[in-house]
Amino acid sequence: MIMETINIIILCALTIVVFSLTFWLSKTTLSDSFFHILFHPMIMSAFLVYIILTSMEVDYHSYRFANKPFYFFLDTAIVALAIPLYKQLEHFKEIFKPLILTLIFSAFFASLSALGVAFALGVEINVLTSLAPKSVTTPIALRIAEKIGGDPSMTTGIVVVTGIMGIIFGPIIFKILNIQDDRIKGYILGISAHAIGSAKAFKISQRCGSFAVLGLGVTGVITAIVLPYLMLLIVNQ
Amino acid sequence: MLKGILVLLTFQGIGECVVYLGDLPIPSSVIGMLILFVALQATSIKTPVWIEASSDLVIRFLYLFLIPSCVGCLYLIKEDLNIWLYILASILISTLLTIFLGSLIMKYFLIRYDQKIKTDR
Repeated sequence: MIMETINIIILCALTIVVFSLTFWLSKTTLSDSFFHILFHPMIMSAFLVYIILTSMEVDYHSYRFANKPFYFFLDTAIVALAIPLYKQLEHFKEIFKPLILTLIFSAFFASLSALGVAFALGVEINVLTSLAPKSVTTPIALRIAEKIGGDPSMTTGIVVVTGIMGIIFGPIIFKILNIQDDRIKGYILGISAHAIGSAKAFKISQRCGSFAVLGLGVTGVITAIVLPYLMLLIVNQ
Repeated sequence: MLKGILVLLTFQGIGECVVYLGDLPIPSSVIGMLILFVALQATSIKTPVWIEASSDLVIRFLYLFLIPSCVGCLYLIKEDLNIWLYILASILISTLLTIFLGSLIMKYFLIRYDQKIKTDR
């Protein structure tokens, strides 16, 4: 019993200590280089924790069990997203129709196009359900995946990769299409590349960033509400 | 600060209850977030500073909360590398198309919207 408690404390402390370390590192490293995203505290921490766990031969289940409290606060963080979203609402009122039409198209296209390609490549259903919420902000995507029968861990990786691709190719596509409007850049980055995209958008301008937060929030909400019903429909056929 | 966290936890709980009672397939935290959003909208107050402070705090630690699932993903990648090639291909194609078409559509609607405002005046 005592060993079990100590085990939990050690594994939980491991996450916190590694995160503090990488958080401090990410502040001291170059903040504008292309590789900055690889020094993201979350990505760096994941690799470090993984290396430590495998070298100590700890299996993932005991690590996950010890870190249960963090899964709980994930939901608190989702609820907290209501506040930044509420503050960006004025933009939504400003140009309601273009924003809502773009959202409806892009949010569904982001999910369905990935499903289509993966389906054509012959990927199995349990991977498809993990792939479906790929453009949604990570905490919400993870919860959606659980609801529709996907693997939350797989979804986390997929969402991170989507965000990185979004900020690599987004600026290039904006240049090709000659898009200079910060509202479009921000909103599209928020919709397609969630939090990683909005961090990029805040580097373009404040206005760009606030549209990205708006895009990220509404994509998360609309996908969370519609996707479970859509998947039920697809799976039942 | 603590007062704000208590409010967030309350709405998290309300969301949980709604999903349980309604037997909804929607994540409970998203429902909680929507109800908090509507509550803010209905009271039409300026968001109190103490809620804002706790919301910022929780969101700042979001990456810490996500580390366990990220680690889980690394275990999955080690288990089956092949499937990730297909996943990468799907994400790449889908992301390129989404950004391309999404920006074109938004540009089109914004131009139409601006023209309409001009003619209305």
